[in-house]
Amino acid sequence: MQAILQYFSLLVTTLLLAAAAAAQPQTLHVGPEEDYPSIEAALSAADSGDVVEIHTGTYHEHGLVVDKPLHIRGIGYPVLDAQEQGEILTIIAHDVTVEGLQLQNVGVSYLKDHAGIRVRQRSRAVIRNNRLVNTFFGIYLERVHDAVIEDNELSGVLRDEASSGNGIHAWHCENLDIRNNWVTGHRDGIYFEFVDSSQIVGNESVGNQRYGLHFMFSNHDEYHHNRFADNGAGVAVMFSKFINMWENTFEHNWGRAAYGLLLKEIYDARIEDNHFIQNTIGINIEGSTRIVYQRNAFRRNGWAIKMAGGCLDNDITENNFRSNTLDLVVSSNVNNNTFDGNFWSEYNGYDLDRDGIGDVPYRPVKLFSYILDQTPEAIVLLRSFFVSLMNFSEKVSPVFTPANVLDHQPSMQPLSL
Amino acid sequence: MLKILKYSTYDLLRSRWAYLYLAFFLLFSGGLLYLSGDVSKVVISLMNVILILCPLIATMFGVMYYYNSREFTELLLAQPIRRRTIFWGQYLGLAISLSVSLVIGIGIPFVAYGILHGPEIWNFFTLISNGVLLTFIFSGLAFLIGLKNENKIRGFGLAIVLWLFFAVVYDGLFLLSLILFKEYPLEGFSLAATVLNPIDLSRIMILLKLDISALMGYTGAVFQKFLGTALGMGLSLLTLALWAWLPVWGIQRIAQQKDF
Repeated sequence: MQAILQYFSLLVTTLLLAAAAAAQPQTLHVGPEEDYPSIEAALSAADSGDVVEIHTGTYHEHGLVVDKPLHIRGIGYPVLDAQEQGEILTIIAHDVTVEGLQLQNVGVSYLKDHAGIRVRQRSRAVIRNNRLVNTFFGIYLERVHDAVIEDNELSGVLRDEASSGNGIHAWHCENLDIRNNWVTGHRDGIYFEFVDSSQIVGNESVGNQRYGLHFMFSNHDEYHHNRFADNGAGVAVMFSKFINMWENTFEHNWGRAAYGLLLKEIYDARIEDNHFIQNTIGINIEGSTRIVYQRNAFRRNGWAIKMAGGCLDNDITENNFRSNTLDLVVSSNVNNNTFDGNFWSEYNGYDLDRDGIGDVPYRPVKLFSYILDQTPEAIVLLRSFFVSLMNFSEKVSPVFTPANVLDHQPSMQPLSL
Repeated sequence: MLKILKYSTYDLLRSRWAYLYLAFFLLFSGGLLYLSGDVSKVVISLMNVILILCPLIATMFGVMYYYNSREFTELLLAQPIRRRTIFWGQYLGLAISLSVSLVIGIGIPFVAYGILHGPEIWNFFTLISNGVLLTFIFSGLAFLIGLKNENKIRGFGLAIVLWLFFAVVYDGLFLLSLILFKEYPLEGFSLAATVLNPIDLSRIMILLKLDISALMGYTGAVFQKFLGTALGMGLSLLTLALWAWLPVWGIQRIAQQKDF
C-alpha cells in the first residue's frame, strides 16, 4: 500500500511538473548568433504567451503575421527593414505586446494602406517604445479594443498629401489609450475615424502635412496635455460629439490655410485651458453647436476665433485674447452665442466701481473683419490708416457689425490662466 | 549746389522743428521698445506711424519751408547761380535733414536695444529705407506744389489734400472698388492699385517682410509671388524711384521756365 501511495505521489508530482513546464512562457531569441536567425521562424515556432526577444541587427523582413498572444521585445532597437516591399508586422491575435523595435521603409502603395504595425480586429494590444521611420502608415488599428499605444516615435518622410500616410491611424476602435508619442512628417499625425471612448494624452504632433490630430465621426473621446505645432493645421475635429479637449498647446500652425483647431459639425464639446499661440487662425468653427470654450489663452494669432454660419449655443467665456490681429470674426448675423467675461487686450473701456469688470460692453468684431469676411481681397489694406479710421468710427457707432456679438462683462485685467 | 545744400541742411537741422521731429521719434520708438520688447510688434507699430507721419511732415514742412525761404531764394536767384542748382540744393537739403531726423530718431533706440545683432535687422532696414523714400517723395511733391503756387493758402491747401489723398482717400476708394467688384478676380487690380500709391506699396513691402504676411491668404500669396521675383521687386522699386523722380523732374522743368 505504502509503495503504491509513494508511486502515485511521484506520478502526480511528475505530471504537475510537466504541466508547469508546458505553461511556463519560453523566451525565444532572434539574432544572427541566436537560436532563430529570422523573426519569421521565431514567430512560427513560438507558443501562446511566449516572449520573442529580437537582438540588435538589421532584419530584412516584411509581411510578418503575429497570430498568437506574444510578447515581442527588441533588445537595443533591432531594425526591421521592409525595403519598400510592404507591411512589416500584422497582429491578428489578442494580448500582443510589441516593444523596442525600429521599423522602417514600408514603401508607398496607392492600393493598400501598408503600415509599420497593423492590429486587426483584436483586443488589448500594447505597442510601446518603438521607432517607426519612413513607414507609409505608422501604426494602423482596425476594429481594435482596449489598445495602448505609448512612447513611440514616428517620423515619416514628407511627400505630397496623396502619397503620405497617417502616423497613428485608428478606424472603428474603442477604448484606445494613446500616450506620449511623438509624430512627425505624416499626412495626419493621429487619425481617428469611428473611434469612441478613447484618450490621447501627452503626445507631440509636429510638422505633419495636414493635421496634427484628426477626428472623424468619433464620439466621447478626450485629448489633453498634447502639443500640436507647425502642422498644416493643428487639430481638426469633424462630425463628432462629446469630445473634451483641455490643456493642449496649439502652436505656430502658421501658413496661408492653417488653423490651430478646426471644428466642423461637432456638438457638445468642451474646450478648456488650452493655449493657442501664433496660429494663422486660432479656432475655425463651422456649424458647431453647444460648445464651451473656457479659460483658453489666445496669443498672437492672426484671427483668434473665426466663426462661420450655423454655430449655435456656443459659450465663449473667461478666455484671454491678447495681441491677436483680429480677435473674432462672426459671419452670421443671427447668433445666440455668448462672449462674456473675457479679457480683450484691445478693450479700452473703464471700470468706475472697481470690480474688475469693464462698465462698457466690448465689441470684439471690427468692421474690417466684417468686410474681410465678405471681400477677402481687402486684406491688402491690412493695417492701413484708412482701416483704423474705419474701425474707430464703427466702434463709436456700430452700423455694419453684428449688434449682438458683445462682451457684456469684459475683464479689465488678464485672467490668470 | 553743394554749398546751397549745406546751408539749407544746416539751417533746417538747427530749427526747432527738426529737433521736435527727432525727439518724437526717439521717445516713441524708445517707449515702444521699452514697453513691448517684441521687435516685430514694434516694427509694425512704427510702420503705422511712419507711413502716416513721414508723408505728412514731409509735405507740410516742405511747403512751409519753401514759402519761408522764398526771400532767400530770390536773393540767391539774383546771384549768378543756375536755378536748377538752387532748387536741387534746397530740395535735397529739406529731404536729407528730415531723413536724418528719422534715421537717428528711430535708429538710436533700436541700436541701443541691440538690433544690429538680431535677426530682425532686415525688417528694421526695410522700415527705415521705406521711411526715407517716402520722405524724399513727399518733400519733392511739396516743393513742386510750392513752386507752382504763389498763393500760400492755396499751396498749403493743396499739400493737405495731397497727403489726405494718398494716406486716406486712396485706400477708401480702393476698398470701395474691391467691395463693388468682388465678383471679379481682383488680384491683378489690387496689385496695380497698391504699386501706384507709394504709401500702400511701402506698407505691403514691410508687411510681407514680417511673418504677419501669412494672414494675407491668397491675395498675399499673389503679392509675395510678385514681390518675390526679381521683376516684381525691381518694378516696385522702380515705381518708388519714379515717384521720387517725378516731382524732381517737375521742379526742374518749372525752374527752367519760371519767371520770378
